[in-house]
Amino acid sequence: MEHQTMQPDSPVLECVYSRPGTLTETRFHYCPGCGHGVVHRVLMEAVEELGIQGETIGVAPVGCSVFAYNYLDIDMQEAAHGRASAVATAVKRLLPDRYVFSYQGDGDLAAIGTAETIHTVNRGENILMLFINNAIYGMTGGQMAPTTLIGMKTTTSPLGRTVEASGFPLKITEMVATLPGAYYVSRNSVHTPGAVRHLKKAILKSFQYQKEKRGTCFIEVVSNCPSGWKMTPLEANRWMAEHMFPLYPPGEIKVPK
Amino acid sequence: MSDLRLMKGNEALAEAAIRAGCRGYFGYPITPQSEILEYLALEGRSRGMIVLQAESEVASINMVYGGAGVGARVMTSSSSPGISLMQEGISYIAGAELPCLIVNVSRGGPGLGTIQPSQGDYFQAVKGGGHGDYRLLVLAPSSVQEMADFVFDAFDLADKYRSPVMILADGALGQMMERVSFREYDPAAHLVAKPWATTGKPVTRERNIITSLHIEPEKMEQINNRLQEKYRQMALHETRCEEFQTADAEYLIVAYGLAARIAQGAVEMARAQGIRAGLLRPVTLFPYPTDAIRALADRVRGVLVVEMNAGQMIEDVRLALEGRVPVRFYGRTGGIIPSPDEVLGALTKMVNEDVLHIEEVS
Ligand SMILES: Cc1ncc(C[n+]2csc(CCOP(=O)(O)OP(=O)(O)O)c2C)c(N)n1
Ligand code: SF4
Repeated sequence: MEHQTMQPDSPVLECVYSRPGTLTETRFHYCPGCGHGVVHRVLMEAVEELGIQGETIGVAPVGCSVFAYNYLDIDMQEAAHGRASAVATAVKRLLPDRYVFSYQGDGDLAAIGTAETIHTVNRGENILMLFINNAIYGMTGGQMAPTTLIGMKTTTSPLGRTVEASGFPLKITEMVATLPGAYYVSRNSVHTPGAVRHLKKAILKSFQYQKEKRGTCFIEVVSNCPSGWKMTPLEANRWMAEHMFPLYPPGEIKVPK
Repeated sequence: MSDLRLMKGNEALAEAAIRAGCRGYFGYPITPQSEILEYLALEGRSRGMIVLQAESEVASINMVYGGAGVGARVMTSSSSPGISLMQEGISYIAGAELPCLIVNVSRGGPGLGTIQPSQGDYFQAVKGGGHGDYRLLVLAPSSVQEMADFVFDAFDLADKYRSPVMILADGALGQMMERVSFREYDPAAHLVAKPWATTGKPVTRERNIITSLHIEPEKMEQINNRLQEKYRQMALHETRCEEFQTADAEYLIVAYGLAARIAQGAVEMARAQGIRAGLLRPVTLFPYPTDAIRALADRVRGVLVVEMNAGQMIEDVRLALEGRVPVRFYGRTGGIIPSPDEVLGALTKMVNEDVLHIEEVS
């Protein structure tokens, strides 16, 4: 802060926004406007607020967030593509008093890892599963995901996804909500300050439920991929709200009775 | 105080796992090894072990990854098709240098194959199996007693080298009942510190990361060099084999696991007929007892490799002998266990060919 430029009698400015101590100093490698960075930040703000940095173990996926462990200043494991929830299951079973979360993209969680996703939730594993749905495979260069919208162009649906060729977009969050092991299921986004605040509340609640050993908490974040979608960050967020929310509406999907 | 019991190989292995301080078992049913999961589901759980029947072998091996990553002794077991399904995860475990035990009570293949015993997974177990430059330390039991003993050894070796260890058995060893006694073993006396484990980061240390991802080529090469050095150390310190009547042997049989027991019978029968036969049995399949086999090359006139497959380990025997001794093969596939008579027949054939050859040149 450039203190010397201030008037001697001006009030001392309070720092109201800074990097949470639970994030490392490493700069995010994410593309400008990408939702991953915001979700990382919100997640680690929650960890900081709860004071559980030393008791939290995260599992990173294969996808754009594969390097999450470079940013989140906690013990972490990097899982094989799709298997984060299986890895997290074992971590939690062996260390039941720790807070455990998995963090996965839509290809990871809803395509190659579908079986692990369903069965982890069905066992009611006491973990938080974070699911970043950007309707595309970001890391590998913008291929179609199970969540890709009908008509949406990707490198493997160059003329737009069709039902004939690829079936329907998979609403896996609604699917897991039907399982008795799912205690809390919520769909969020991070494109407005209000949405970010809601996500944080959902994460805080999930860690509380985990402490109470209630079962699986599953949070989807409808997110973007400006690079894969070939849009500016602003266009991407607008497009997301306009086209993804009708199919993937944000809100609480399953709340404790 | 050894308590002698009559047990199936699979059950003996499972009991040994509990006694070795294994804290987590993750597996999926498949014949001929389901007794391991079944035994642990009751005995293991009641004695404090986390026992989880996973949705697949893919999930199982990735649970092993997670469990090993928190520093616990963990294991999985399966049979051939299930082990094939695990290969990606095994490669990750080797890359992330996680100690664990993987048991393959193998059956005949390829494909769904047969539930009968086989040694058809030698290449897969010994040469890598999954992607990338890695090895498993592979122990090959040949009795129910060793099905138990090798579990203790496997966990100790896995911890010592921060490396996955495989016990490669077969369906017959898993299913047959024999006497077994369990060694005195206090896990607490064997457990090593695992400061790299992800147990939750106290303020006093940097965060721990379990990963096999290294984007910078120099770092990735460094890791590869470290792995290769580890495998060299294993070769120096952990290579094991057993020799039977090799001191004066003119003809040598090389066989491992169940095939070695059958071959031993054939050696005894051959000796009774005046053939000076001997047996070398690799106990570790990786590292391979290359030097022990090479040491016999100058003394023996022929080597017969006996396997329950179409000829896999024979390649390592040939590498060890470097063409100095004729090598013959006898094997059965399809889940058929060769009889000592058949092996004796193959041995006698080799001896006769040798005699003809000697008469010709003299
Ligand atoms: C077994 C295996 N198959 C394929 C890949 C290649 N791969 C890496 S990430 C990925 C998809 C990632 O997409 P997503 O999970 O949606 O995450 P995002 O990158 O969009 O955040 C694929 C197919 C791999 N690493 N491993
Ligand atoms: S490719 Fe897409 S998902 Fe990946 S960092 Fe860039 S914008 Fe984010």
